[in-house]
Amino acid sequence: MTHLLEVSGLSVRFGGVRALDGLDLHLDEGETLGLIGPNGSGKTTSFNTITGFVLPAGGTVRFAGEDITAQPPRHVARRGIARTFQRLRLLTELSVFDNLMVGQHLTLDHGIWANLLGRGRLRGAIARQTDEMRTLLRHFSPTLPDRLHEPVSALTMIDRRRVEVCRALARSPRLLLLDEPSAGMTPDETAELMRDLQNVKAARPSLAVILIEHDMAVIERVSARCVVLDYGRKIADGSYAEVTRDPAVRRAYLGEEADA
Amino acid sequence: MGAPDRATIFPALAAILAGAGATLALLLAETQWHVAVVALAGVAALLIGGRAGFGDAIHRSVASHHRVTSATSWLAGAVVVFLLREHNFELLMLCTVMLYVLAGLGLTVQFGFAGVVNFAAAAFMGVGAYTAAVLMTSTGLPHLVVVLAAGVVTALIGSVLLLPLLRTRGHYAALITIAFGILFRTFLEVNDTLGGPQGLKVPGLQIFGYAFNEAIEFDDETEWSFYTAYAGVFLVVLGLAYTLVRRVERSWMGLALDAVRLDETAASAFGLNGAAWKIAAFSFGNFLAGIAGALYAILTAFIAPASFTFGDSLLLLSIVILGGLGNPLGLLPAALVVVVLPEKLQVIQEYRFLLFAALVILILLLRPGGLMPRRAREYFPGRSS
Repeated sequence: MTHLLEVSGLSVRFGGVRALDGLDLHLDEGETLGLIGPNGSGKTTSFNTITGFVLPAGGTVRFAGEDITAQPPRHVARRGIARTFQRLRLLTELSVFDNLMVGQHLTLDHGIWANLLGRGRLRGAIARQTDEMRTLLRHFSPTLPDRLHEPVSALTMIDRRRVEVCRALARSPRLLLLDEPSAGMTPDETAELMRDLQNVKAARPSLAVILIEHDMAVIERVSARCVVLDYGRKIADGSYAEVTRDPAVRRAYLGEEADA
Repeated sequence: MGAPDRATIFPALAAILAGAGATLALLLAETQWHVAVVALAGVAALLIGGRAGFGDAIHRSVASHHRVTSATSWLAGAVVVFLLREHNFELLMLCTVMLYVLAGLGLTVQFGFAGVVNFAAAAFMGVGAYTAAVLMTSTGLPHLVVVLAAGVVTALIGSVLLLPLLRTRGHYAALITIAFGILFRTFLEVNDTLGGPQGLKVPGLQIFGYAFNEAIEFDDETEWSFYTAYAGVFLVVLGLAYTLVRRVERSWMGLALDAVRLDETAASAFGLNGAAWKIAAFSFGNFLAGIAGALYAILTAFIAPASFTFGDSLLLLSIVILGGLGNPLGLLPAALVVVVLPEKLQVIQEYRFLLFAALVILILLLRPGGLMPRRAREYFPGRSS
């Protein structure tokens, strides 16, 4: 059977550095995969290559049975892959609503009639989107829906993180790529965000998620399967328990703990 | 979608009245002192009013009574034109201000919304002006068609710059537009068919058989300046363009342009085609500049390469920044200051660039967002549910 996402032999070079070295990865509908590894092991590069921000030197990416290798980001988005960025890339001077609507870009009618002349349809679309986005935000915070029209610059770090995740969820993607959503947050905030995410996943059973994470505890809680990268290579692939028992992983990633 | 706390309409009406009054006072001021006092009082009112929160009160008031206030604004414009009906020179200045605002609207879409730099706005006005001059003298096309065609031709010629503009960013893109402006002027100066450095004469406007260059006489005593008719037409054109640009801003289009300006890369992860939006913004902006140029050629009846210099492009850019980058409304006070002041203060004519530089620096120091800073987008003002 074919998987939703199939990455095979993916290689990326930055000058002399092999950022990714023949990565194989697969993911099924509804599955959650944790992608872990030390700094510089190629986690973010693999996201950037899947989404078309970085061109691979070799290998293929297939999504839903079609080859999407080296397609530009906007074409990848069209197929239903959405992502967040490790360092938040929200448009901070715009409102929460506007940011979420950037996530909805492909759903919106950009035609001359709706936007410039008739405007009745635009009014209807805005009312509909406002309701939808309030519902989405409510999964993550009871107060965020009321702040829909505030600029993102007025939000706290955790709320911004939530908005960025909601922006990626807005168009109901088939695959969600979360690039270290816990960065810059306290363990409590991270736990909260993960719990909210699992609620969203429960409501959308076919949504597949790949989660980049440093914190093994986070991975343990949310994902059934993990892939461990080191120096651009996959060194382990299996359940959390299997992976943490793997001697190569303990050497590369858990470091001293392996000896303890 | 009810309006829970509607603000009263009075702050908005007061602002419109003050704006119209200040415009009239500035245009009609006779002595140097009057001019200086009116201009400084106007700028000070905008600066202090903004600090004191009047701006927010006016904004809420306008948003709550959107239709009435916009209708009143255009009516106020018509009244200003009417009151100036016998003042030739003042009307000419008002017309010039309106055309600068029109070109400024184009720059607002390009630079303010999409973040595409354009240091050749005057050159694009020149393309429109020369297109209109050639079409009016050598074809029998109706003049309204000529004006529209000038806009289209300008947008098309602007597309020559698209490839280099899309491949460069920031300073490099700016240099490309500067180069285009200089090339354009040199091309005009050596081109004999287009009149060379001496330029071209442009016939007067005719719409549906009505000749605009004849004075408007009612009887032996009353005679209106022929610029009254021009000012009326320009007001209508400006009204259409302003409404269009506002609607671009207050729609998914405006949001897409903001996304291109603020973080094109992040937006592309959600399917946004940055290049297509930049092309649309650049072409639409040049279309407006071309129309402004065509009307300018018709208004002044004569165009030459010296009318569309790099300095004029900078002047247009300073209007856009001075008014508040991305706020179409700010163009009016900024254009009044930049166009009318030097005309009125003949003494400082030679120092006018010095004055602008000082004024722009001063205003941007006091108010980094310009005279009327851009506000957050409201798709339908007064209806934020």
